[in-house]
Parts: sequence; C-alpha cells; structure tokens
Amino acid sequence: MAKIIVDDVEVEVPGEYTLLQACEAAGVEVPRFCFHERLSIAGNCRMCLVEVKGGPPKPTASCAMNVRDLRPGPNGEPPVISTRSPMVKKAREGVMEFLLINHPLDCPICDQGGECDLQDQAMAYGVDSSRFAENKRAVENKYIGPLVRTSMNRCIHCTRCVRFVTEVAGVPDLGAIGRGEDMEITTYLEKAMRSELQGNVIDLCPVGALTSKPYMFKARPWELLKTETVDVMDALGSAIRVDARGREVMRVLPRINEAVNEEWISDKSRFIWDGLKTQRLDRPYVRENGRLRPASWQEALGVVAARVRSTAPNRLGAIVGDLAAAEESFALKSLLSRLGSINIDGRQDGTALDPILGRATYLFNTTIAGIHEADAILLVGTNPRREAAVLNARIRERWRLGNLKVGLIGEPADLTYTHEYLGAGSDTLAAIADGTHSFADVLKQAERPLVIIGQGALSRRDGLAVLSLAARAAVAVGAVKDDWNGFSVLHTAASRVGSLDLGLVPGEGGLNAAEQAAGGVDTLFLLGADEIKVADGPFVVYIGTHGDQGAHRADVILPGAAYTEKSGLYVNTEGRVQIANRAVFPPGEAREDWAIIRALSELVGHKLPFDNIAQLRQSLFVSHPHLARIDTVEPADHTAIERLAALGGATDKTGFETPVVDFYLTNPIARASAIMAECSALALGVSRQAAE
Amino acid sequence: MAVRRLAPKEIQPEDFVFTPENAAWAERIIAKYPEGRQASAVISLLWKAQEQGDGWVSEPAIRAVANLLGMPYIRVLEVATFYTMFNLQPVGRYFIQFCGTTPCRLRGAQAIQDVLEQRVGHQGHVTDDGLFSWLEVECLGACCNAPMVQINDDYYEDLTPDNFNKLLDDLASGRAVKPGPQDGRVSSEPQDAVNTLLDPALYDGSVVGAWRKRFEEEDARVKAEAEAKAAAEKAAADPTPARPETTRGGEQKAETPADRVANGKDAAKPEEKKAASPATAPGAEARASEDKTKG
Repeated sequence: MAKIIVDDVEVEVPGEYTLLQACEAAGVEVPRFCFHERLSIAGNCRMCLVEVKGGPPKPTASCAMNVRDLRPGPNGEPPVISTRSPMVKKAREGVMEFLLINHPLDCPICDQGGECDLQDQAMAYGVDSSRFAENKRAVENKYIGPLVRTSMNRCIHCTRCVRFVTEVAGVPDLGAIGRGEDMEITTYLEKAMRSELQGNVIDLCPVGALTSKPYMFKARPWELLKTETVDVMDALGSAIRVDARGREVMRVLPRINEAVNEEWISDKSRFIWDGLKTQRLDRPYVRENGRLRPASWQEALGVVAARVRSTAPNRLGAIVGDLAAAEESFALKSLLSRLGSINIDGRQDGTALDPILGRATYLFNTTIAGIHEADAILLVGTNPRREAAVLNARIRERWRLGNLKVGLIGEPADLTYTHEYLGAGSDTLAAIADGTHSFADVLKQAERPLVIIGQGALSRRDGLAVLSLAARAAVAVGAVKDDWNGFSVLHTAASRVGSLDLGLVPGEGGLNAAEQAAGGVDTLFLLGADEIKVADGPFVVYIGTHGDQGAHRADVILPGAAYTEKSGLYVNTEGRVQIANRAVFPPGEAREDWAIIRALSELVGHKLPFDNIAQLRQSLFVSHPHLARIDTVEPADHTAIERLAALGGATDKTGFETPVVDFYLTNPIARASAIMAECSALALGVSRQAAE
Repeated sequence: MAVRRLAPKEIQPEDFVFTPENAAWAERIIAKYPEGRQASAVISLLWKAQEQGDGWVSEPAIRAVANLLGMPYIRVLEVATFYTMFNLQPVGRYFIQFCGTTPCRLRGAQAIQDVLEQRVGHQGHVTDDGLFSWLEVECLGACCNAPMVQINDDYYEDLTPDNFNKLLDDLASGRAVKPGPQDGRVSSEPQDAVNTLLDPALYDGSVVGAWRKRFEEEDARVKAEAEAKAAAEKAAADPTPARPETTRGGEQKAETPADRVANGKDAAKPEEKKAASPATAPGAEARASEDKTKG
C-alpha cells in the first residue's frame, strides 16, 4: 500500500494501482478514451494527463503509470497528483484539440450522439472553434461484418476494439494498418469479423466510429425507455438493458454483472431484438380442417378446455420450452397436477439431469466467477464458445493469466484458447475417471480442477450413465471437496435450471418429453417448446410467442409474451435466481403466459389459487423458498455428486456432439430474426471455406 | 506519406511459396527466437518475401508469412503496412529510392528529381519496360555525398543530372555500373583542394589534453589576480602589519552544531558529511585524484 495525495485528498492504495485508479479511489474522475478496465493499457489517447509531484516533470498519462513508480518527497511526503491544475487543464485541452482536428462535425447524424465519450469530454475540455485550417483526414469506411457499422472518419485511434477482439474475444480479426495519421482500423481484406462477442466493440468505441448496423439511424438514446433485465439466449442469464420506444424494443445493451457476464454479452443477446417483432403470434388460432384460423381468446380457450376435460389424466402431457420463466412453468405444473397428470417435462432436449439426484448434479456449482480460481479444466461434450460465448470468454480470461490446462472431450473445436484434445466420447472420460489417462494426472495435480459437462454429453440415451461417469471422474480427480466444487453442468437453455428446481420432470411412471412427443399422450401442452418434433396424433396446445416449429404443429395456439414482455424469474446455469422485467407489452392480443394458464384453469374447473403475479410468486416461494432469494446462488450439497458417481451404468461408444450446431439460431426468437439469419449464413460460409 | 494499401487484386500473384533456400533460411531465422516468440521473425520473413517477390510484398506473401509464423493475417498486414520499406505495389527491376531530405535538397536533389520525373514518371510508377520505378524517401544517411539515390541495394552518390542520366542509361542497357560516388571520389573525402585540418600540430600529439591545460592556466591566473587584489585592498584598509589571529586560554571555543545553525550554516561540517556518506565519497575522491594525475 502506498500513500498518495490526489487533489488534496490523501488516499492509501496498492502500489500496483495506476494513477488513474488512485484518482478514482480518491473520488476524482479522470477523462479517458483508450483506457478500459478490462483491456490492456495502450496509453495512446493522452486524455488522462495529470500533473504529478514525484514523477516526471511533464503531464503524465495517468492510465499508464503505477503509483509505485512515483517517488516520495525529500522528507518522505507522499507523491502528489493534481487533476485540476492549470497545467492539466491546458494539456487536456491540447489533446482534445488534436483529437478534434480530424474528427468530423457530424454529431447530428451520428448514432453515438448523446452517449458519446468524445462529445461529453469535448463539453469539458473542448475549445469552441478550431485553429486547424488544413483539410481534415478522410478515411474510407470498412466492411467488418453485418453487425458493426463503421464510420472511420470518426475514429480517434484508441484501439479499444483491436484490443477487445484480440484479448477478450480471442478471434484477432481487427487490426490497425498503416501508421500515424494514416492508421486505419480494419479486418484482413475487409472480411467479416468471426467472433460471437463482436457486438461489444460497439459499446467499447468511445466515438461513433463503430456503431450498431441494425440499430443504424433508428433512435436517439434520450428517447428510449431503459429496462434492466436478464438475457435468455443462453443459460448464463447475462445482465442486459432493454431500450424500448413505445411498444418496440429498439436495442439490447449489456449491464455490468461481475458475477455473470462482467460487461460483455454475446451477439445473439444483443442483436436478437428484430426477432421480437417478426413471426409473432399476436392472436389465438384454432386449427380447423387442417388450417389454422384466427380465433378469439374465449373460443380458443373453450376448445382447449373441452379437449382437456375429455382427456384422461394419464393421456395429458406438457413440455416446457427453453425460454419459459419459472412462473408459467409453475402455473402449468400446478394445473397438470390438479388435473391428475404427472406427464410434464422441462427437458425437451432429453437431457438426463434429474432433480431427484440432488441439486448439485445439475448446477454449474463452481459458479461462473469461480472459473477464475480453477487451474485445470476438463470440458466434456461441450463447446462453450457456441453454448455460452460469454462464459467462454471467462475461461479465456483465466487462460490468459497463465497456468491453466484445458482438456476437451467431444467435438474438436476452436475455443480461442489452447487446449488438449483428449478424445471424442465416454471411453476417454472413463479413462480419466480410472486415472489411466495422462490428463487425469493434470487434474489431480491441480489444486482446483474444474469439470464442465455440456448437454452434448447428457442429451443422449446413455446420458445418465455419462453424467454418473463424469461425476466419478470429478470425484476421482479431487474436484469435489468441501471448499471447492468443480463439478459443473453447463446448460444451454435459460429455463432449464428453473424447470429442474421446480421439479418439471415426469412423476413415477410418467412420460418424458420424447415419449410424449412420440404420441404417448392425447393432449399435449407445449409451453414455448420448439426444439422437439411432435408426432402426428396428439392434440397440441402451443403457448408461445413465435410461429416456429411448435406453432406449425399446434392445433390451438395461445399467444404468449416474450422475455422482454413479462416479469419472470429465471435461474441461470449456476443456480442464480434472477428476475427479468417487462420492457414492452406483448403484441396484439398476446398475454403473459401464466395468465393464460390461469384463465384456462378456471375453464377446466380447477381454478389456480392466484389472480396476479404477486400471488403466484407467493405460492411459488412457499413451495420453493430458494427462488425468493434473487441474485444469489444457493450452494448445493456436494455429497449428491458422490452419490451420483456411484450410480454407474453402461455408456455407449459414440462421440459427444455439441447441442448448439448453429450459434445464431438456437431458439424461436433467433430463428425469426433476419440479423441472426444473416450471421448464421455468414458463419456457415466461413466454416465451409475452412473445411475446403 | 500517403495511405499504403495492398496492390489491386488483378495484379496480385496467385500464390506465394518460399523457395527451398529461402524456406530453409526462414527456418533458421525462426529458430533464433524462443518458443512462443516466433512472431518476432515477421520482419525478417517479410523482407525475404519482398526479395523473392521482385521487390514487393504481395497479399499471398503476407498470408504465407502469417501461416509460417502462426500469426493472424491481420497482424502481418499491420506490420507490412506500417513499415514503408515494404513495398506493397510492384516496383521496377531497378527500384530507385531518391533521398529528398534537406542536405540533398541543398546540394541539388531537385535536379535529380526532375530527371526521375521526366525519365521514369511520377512516384510509384513503373516504366513500361519494367525497368525503373522511384520513390522519395527520407534521409539515407549519406549527406556528405549528397545528392544521392539508392538503387536496389546500392547507394549512388554525388549525382548530377548528367551522371545520373548516364547511370540510368547504363542500367537500362545492362552495362556494369559502379556503386558509390559518381564523380570520381572514392568515398566521402574532400571533393577538391584540402583546406581544413591542415595544422601539423593536430598530428604530433601536442593537442592531447590541451584544452584542459588551457582551462587550468586560466583558473590559476584568475585566482592569482584575485589574491593580489584582495591583498592590496586589505593593505589599504588596515595599515597595521598582518599578524596571526591570537588565541588566549579560555577564549577558544569549539563550534557546536547549534552555533553553526544559528550562523546560518549547515548543521554538519563538510568533513563530517564526507565521513558520513562513504557511498559517494570514494567516487568523488577517485575523480579528484584522477584530475590531479592528469593535470
């Protein structure tokens, strides 16, 4: 710790702090463009100049000098930083004037206007007119993909984008070519960027050089209604902010949540919003003579109620999809149990996870932030880059710190960090569990080994045996201890952990999702379940948002609300309960899903005991108290993993396949999005090129 | 300096492969760097690629170098576009780097540039026969032979429009040319009559240390004058003959640090300080004794 005086305030900060951090610790704001907390230090914008006593006798870039580099005074006085001295003001005004020399005066037509660092800081340090009479630099705009629009005249060469894609995303496509004034940010031969996190460069760009292409000229930040909520595109539950104007979602931005997504979100989370407007189910439909026709709510619910009443309880089933909030899942389960049916399943992908085995067997027990403490990682049947891109960035961040070994069992993949490819399937996993594989020693020698099991290993016929084998491997290498639980299941669906917490699995003798879909029931509720093919036969009631696979097969469609249109609880892959808030109202006659189920329950004569969402949550919390603890992770009892390890079972030899074949098209909202379709086509083109 | 871009697609070669000799050379260069730092060889390899690729770096060459070093293509492109000595556009068989910095300009580089513009065309243009192209570059460090150009690997100096035209003619017709000064000089010796450094004393060793002697003599003279002046003044103010300061018993008093501070001096005496800081003292002493021996 070192003492330092910042503008007359004495603070004590660690010696490795930069002057900029020390200033922040003293409560002084320092302007900056190139510096970013999560990127390496470049020190090239010079906006953060301060005056120091005990350092060089010139304005010093505070982002690039450590506190310990300053000398104390002759009598041991602490070094002094001034951020408001005339010298500092003049220096920063000089820097600003240089930056503005080549920056166009196009704020009125710039998408960054209103949320632009340069604009804000020019208010503080800019001069009112330019002394520069020469021509401004002109730079051609570059194509760097369908998501990020470039306006390169505005670039101030901070290189945040280059550092982000190189360091965090790990797909170094962006670079700065040329030198000096002629430096230009581009990709190699203007090919599209290939990272799943590329949208974050839009947030990082301190000026309007990189802006969102789909959001281009759509809205101004001050006219948007901002709603803080969580993302459902993957099972991480990244913190997002949904910006809406009227009834329309205009864009999605990340929020900072150090425990989950830091401040990044994947492109799917960010650019999904056009899918919220297309292919929407905005009124009920009833199938008549093989064709769906619009109907009133009364009629549609009447048809469903009549059908439900005439179905025997054991021929009644429900499958809960990937985007359902806990509330509607709970409502549907309550309705089915009142009707006497035990055929309910929240695992449409057929994963072998089951709450009966204990909560620790289906959670990412290590927690996402816990990845930082791991020193050896075994990935089983998962490609985290596609299944949870932000989590993959976390692993990469840990890998960059050094001293991390990663092994992969499953499909070979480019994970953006070096890893050892161990094998394709359960044979390799068994070898590790038995300690005969060399990587088992790596895990054993690690202090905090982490085993991540993906749905690719579990959504198979032998899923339970593989799960048990993975648990055995985790226990054998010492990943499950009292102070460290390195057995982690990576989910791909936002609703899955919530469903498992609520016990959305068939009861004794009940039918699971696959059996129901194959025709094991006569009347089948699909609560946003679009990833499962329902055979001819059952009468399908689809409660959902988009005209996707489920709606095409449906006999009655009851339009529901998407994740931005309802308040709901989601439990992420680590078991963190988070609440999503409503940003806009559902379109047309669509209603919140729990309300649809509640209305139906009255018609079938088993009225559910809640009239509003508060009452629903009340009864939900009574039966599942841990869901009431929002934003916390309830640690699960790790002895369940040891019991699971003892289960055993025969595994099959085929290799694990990642469940996310196309990152951009994993759910009905994404499939309705034109932007995602474009990204998907581009990504497939890239991989086809790579295969040749 | 203009924006440097890759050559248009139409003139890029289909492919670039290092020749076996160059590939072996590249392997040796890469082996120089420690494991994980192979990318350090990028400039050497690009240079070799430029040599092999008729004096310019093509897009396939950038990819070839990147593949060899396991670097992303954009990283190699960054290097190739940063350094102006990598030509990204085709150049003539004789690539003329014309020095246009101040000393050459003062010695008539403009006339050489006029020759280039007239015979070869504008900067970067390759003559139809593919023989020549030229580029203005910053100082090549041969100012004593200004004006000059570099053609491929060699310097051609002391140019005049006449001998430069002849040089270009010789190159064009394949005659042998002599690198270096083109006006008969061997290197950078005086061009005609020698009129500097003529004093024989420069060469007999008498000037070694002469400057120090001069300073010391000057110091001694000033000191002696000041002493004489002080003595004269004292004699005028106090006509009694000088006598040594007398001290009587009891009057003599040791100077305490407190007295010293009261009189506005440093608390420690200079000799005490010297003893207290042995780290600096030996150096100072050594210097002092060295001075003495030299004097």
